[in-house]
Amino acid sequence: MRDAFIRTLTELVPQHPEVILLSGDLGFAVLNDYIDGFPRQFLNVGIAEQNMSGLAAGLALEGHTIFTYSIGSFPTLRCLEQIRNDVCYHGANVKIVCVGGGMSYGPVGFSHHATEDLAILRSLPGIQVFSPCDLWEAAEATRYLVSHRGPAYLRLDKSAAPATVQPGEAFRPGRIRTVREGSDVTLAAAGGILGEAILAADALVQRGIFCRVLSVHTVKPLDLDTLTAAASETGGIVSIEEHAVDGGLGGAIAEALMEAGVFPRFLVRVGLRNTFSSVVGSQQYLRQVYSLDAAAIAQTVFAKLGIAVPAFA
Amino acid sequence: MSASSFNGTHKLALRIRAHALRMTNAGGGAHIGAVFSSADILAVLYGSVLRVDPAAPKSPVRDRFVLSKGHAGAGLYAALAERGFFPVGQLLTHYQNGSDLSGHVSHKVPGVDVSTGSLGHGLSIASGMAYAAKLKSAPHRVFCLLSDGECDEGSTWEAALFAAHHGLSNLVAIVDYNRIQGIAPVADVLELEPFADKWAAFGWAVREVDGHDHEALATALGSVPFAPGKPSCLIAHTTKGKGVSFMENTVLWHYRIPRGAEFDAALAELEVQP
Repeated sequence: MRDAFIRTLTELVPQHPEVILLSGDLGFAVLNDYIDGFPRQFLNVGIAEQNMSGLAAGLALEGHTIFTYSIGSFPTLRCLEQIRNDVCYHGANVKIVCVGGGMSYGPVGFSHHATEDLAILRSLPGIQVFSPCDLWEAAEATRYLVSHRGPAYLRLDKSAAPATVQPGEAFRPGRIRTVREGSDVTLAAAGGILGEAILAADALVQRGIFCRVLSVHTVKPLDLDTLTAAASETGGIVSIEEHAVDGGLGGAIAEALMEAGVFPRFLVRVGLRNTFSSVVGSQQYLRQVYSLDAAAIAQTVFAKLGIAVPAFA
Repeated sequence: MSASSFNGTHKLALRIRAHALRMTNAGGGAHIGAVFSSADILAVLYGSVLRVDPAAPKSPVRDRFVLSKGHAGAGLYAALAERGFFPVGQLLTHYQNGSDLSGHVSHKVPGVDVSTGSLGHGLSIASGMAYAAKLKSAPHRVFCLLSDGECDEGSTWEAALFAAHHGLSNLVAIVDYNRIQGIAPVADVLELEPFADKWAAFGWAVREVDGHDHEALATALGSVPFAPGKPSCLIAHTTKGKGVSFMENTVLWHYRIPRGAEFDAALAELEVQP
């Protein structure tokens, strides 16, 4: 996803001289083409995320479109107040880019995981929050953000779900993509972990359970219409995120549906439950450890449907 | 320039203090000591240094001003109203329900470029503005007024590193060095000395000035950048609560609200000054 972001940005900057990419001294090697091609539109601000975010606001108030770039929770939690006060309160045209959403950085350790960012960022007024699920969505969200005005957050995972884009399909920010139809259960995922949802749906269909699979690439604003339809047309909703269940995608869905008076037969939030991702291991290993992988999702569905849990192959 | 050339800014400083005193009295606002220590700096900036036009508060060619010590908002509002950015009569809505004049400075008020309040934010924003001006070779300057207390914040020094590294000679940081922070003297909390040396070591061209001497302030601020290719830091030595004898150099008047006999006495002191 990181490469899709950089490739798209590099493709678009010639038509957008107002764009500047600020890096918090990250992006070794991967930013080279961008930097070489557009040195006036790049700034390595050093390992100083608070300053990066304040600078971003100042540059944006002068008419620039700013992308701040760092990894894990460095571009968000380290400088949250600058994002709140300097960026969001001024409606500054700043796009915060996180490389390594969720547990992408696996064995590097929990300090480099971003597992509360969606909840925290989406609580800020005036910001849009994107967590693309595949490479096409990552590129298209980037394309959208280059022209969009105002604060936004773009969370990029290392893993990406398999491509599901249809020929001629247009990316619609704020609208959920239905990547598979089904009426028994809805699996709604944000981020690359959509790939696990698709695998779970594949396994469930073997047992005669047809899942509707939703790519919730925009966590804010949330597409209530598609979720309402899922609540009424399917047997329940499972939200899936590589993130704390508190206030993230699952929290957002619960809030939106409850407030709209729409009650799915069940809502289960798959995600981290009051725990740090402190176990050491690859992203895939950690998904297994924390019950976020396809097997865990399928077993969640079996349990909710009251089906005896089979050994998952 | 003769001292008489500064009659205008002296009168402006006095009016800033009197407005701020009435505003904090009426609304129950704090930080009068921090407003008074910076009133002369604001008066010289808005009376003679900043190229700003009340008729075009968003003009792209204006000098930018970031009040990083946002708690002195009452002083900036007063300066802007006196310069005609909005009616003086609006000042007394400060702190009142439904007003745009929040205690910490708000960009909803005409002439205010940036909202601040949490300390250590302003110099980064100002650096971004100055970098943007450099990119387009625009001649305007960016002035940022900091408190000494917010030099405790690491983010202030992140910005200081950045501005020097990028040679932001169009950026001027003014530190209101009144030596008293929130609840104690600076020297008892986190010593900043050798203060000028710190800024110089970070790559800034530094001057020090009596922050209540209008001629010295105007001379210094009129000669920025202090060195080619460097951001300028003006350390303004000030007195917290300056202008009202019983408020001067006290920790108490960082937060205390001027009320009753104290308000009357303070106003009387300000109004008998020449």
